[in-house]
Amino acid sequence: MHINMKATFKLTVVLVMLLSIVSCNKKSSRSYQYMPNMYESIGYETYQESNIFKGGIEAQLPADGTIPRGDFMPFEIENNTEGYEFAKANLINPIATAELDENVAGPLYNIYCAICHGNKGAGDGMLAKKELIIPGSYADKDITVGSIYHTIYYGKNSMGSYANQLSENERWQVVAYVEKLKADLNK
Amino acid sequence: MKKSYQSLEDNSTNNMKQVIYRNLTSRILSLGFVLLLTFSSSLTAQEGDAEKGKKLYGVNCASCHKLDKRMTGPALRNVEARLYEDEGLDRAWLNTWIKNSAGLIKSGDAYANKIYKEYNGVAMTAFPQFSDQDISDILAYTAQPKPTPPVIVDNGPVDGGGQGDSTSNELILGALALLFALLAGALVLVNKTLNRFADAKGIDVVVDEKRTPLWKVFAQNQFLVLVTTILFLLASAYFVYGSLMSVGVDQGYEPVQPIHYSHRIHAGENAIDCKYCHSSARVSKHSGIPSLNICMNCHKSIGAVADATQAEGINEYGVDYNSEIQKLYKAVGWDEDTQSYTGETSPVKWIRIHNLPDFAYFNHSQHVSVAGVECQTCHGPVEEMEIMYQHSPLTMGWCINCHRETNVKVEGNEYYTKIHEELSKKYGVEQLTAAQMGGLECGKCHY
Repeated sequence: MHINMKATFKLTVVLVMLLSIVSCNKKSSRSYQYMPNMYESIGYETYQESNIFKGGIEAQLPADGTIPRGDFMPFEIENNTEGYEFAKANLINPIATAELDENVAGPLYNIYCAICHGNKGAGDGMLAKKELIIPGSYADKDITVGSIYHTIYYGKNSMGSYANQLSENERWQVVAYVEKLKADLNK
Repeated sequence: MKKSYQSLEDNSTNNMKQVIYRNLTSRILSLGFVLLLTFSSSLTAQEGDAEKGKKLYGVNCASCHKLDKRMTGPALRNVEARLYEDEGLDRAWLNTWIKNSAGLIKSGDAYANKIYKEYNGVAMTAFPQFSDQDISDILAYTAQPKPTPPVIVDNGPVDGGGQGDSTSNELILGALALLFALLAGALVLVNKTLNRFADAKGIDVVVDEKRTPLWKVFAQNQFLVLVTTILFLLASAYFVYGSLMSVGVDQGYEPVQPIHYSHRIHAGENAIDCKYCHSSARVSKHSGIPSLNICMNCHKSIGAVADATQAEGINEYGVDYNSEIQKLYKAVGWDEDTQSYTGETSPVKWIRIHNLPDFAYFNHSQHVSVAGVECQTCHGPVEEMEIMYQHSPLTMGWCINCHRETNVKVEGNEYYTKIHEELSKKYGVEQLTAAQMGGLECGKCHY
């Protein structure tokens, strides 16, 4: 009888150990590192947490007035109705027609705009079909090159700004593409 | 406009003389208004067609107005009745506003200016193309009563988020452990009691005859010992090798993130391109984690998921999607009621999943933009992942293997034209692999 008890006990211990091994298999933590000094950067990694920065995060906005290297043209039209009207009336596309490339602009438009505005600009993107965001068709919109650029740069109504996803050149490429879509729709 | 308002007043005063209860006034007023609308010759409005109105509303109004919630513009349910009751503004005012709001504001109309300021000076698009009939149709649509929300079947108490889920799991496990402990205790007690009974009744408990123990028999058989030892060594070598090889490899790593973000819904169901959010993958070393303003591009308008999605989240994944959206609003400081930013923000501490050691260089733009590699090649079926996990091992062997197998995309890339010609002559092949272009050189990734 006592021997049986002992056997049961041993069996239980083995089962518990097996169970603990199986249940620890879920990867909610990283595996071990060999010589972590070789893995971890001494300099700050992108988005690294650090309490010496504002908000405790390494990623910070550039200081006010900083400009990037390379071709840079400041956009001084303001983000308000007057600015919008001004841009609509006055802004022209600074990129030479020869450099406007549908093969560049098309994919960009499809990534950033088509999800709401639709591939052809008819306002029938995936989110519009689900009635989550309803942008309307370019055909019905009173838009010009300048107003399109202003809208991409600052956003308008429920549309947000795309200035950080598209570079200046890319924005103008997309503007030209939107113009072309509108022209196609109005045919 | 003024004239019609005047006659309306006369009309209502006439009515008012006959009422006793003052709270009926507004009812009577609107009745009078409706009567006036019906008989007035200056206002041509007829009974609106809500079905036609719905279409017009969807095309023209819905980008800025929701029926029951403030958006870019005010909520529009029962706008006509509300305007009349609260501000005493009639259909003629609405017609003027809709056809040319800017003109009305400029004319110095008090309420027009008030609403313009309240909505941060955002001018409403003018709709001069609308006929009075169109406006009646739209207003008829907005006057429809709010549909009652479908009742979601309550499947018992549900914990919000993954954390609640894990605590409930721990609770269940704890209860089970307690149960087993109790059972074991009971067994011991039963055994004791039985032995005591046996002693009391003078029965000898039958004990097995002493046999040679199994382990002694085993130890005496030398061949068996040898075979077992070899098997044991092989098995332990296998496991030791396996565990050593997984050092520094985080394949399958699936941490719990501060906001339950479902790639399945965003990239799968809604088919949003990876590069919409991870836009820097096109142009930089890092495929950045989107800052919250990119979330707000859509979530400014989408404050709650569809009822079906919400039910699916609760039943299948144990997560309340709507409360996750609220976490985003809290982090980015978005006040849903006023539809404006409060300025109180806090960073979301996402947990990084894919991380190469510091001694290996990897550049996203080189792979995404130049080579045109699909994101899924390395990151797996992200559009099916409810929670993001590391799909690939990200080991050196894995990199090298892909470089050996993948042909370089040279079409339409002048940069490669010359070197491709020379190298394909050297190797005598049509298509160069990344490895033949130098993708195996140490210094390409380690420097």
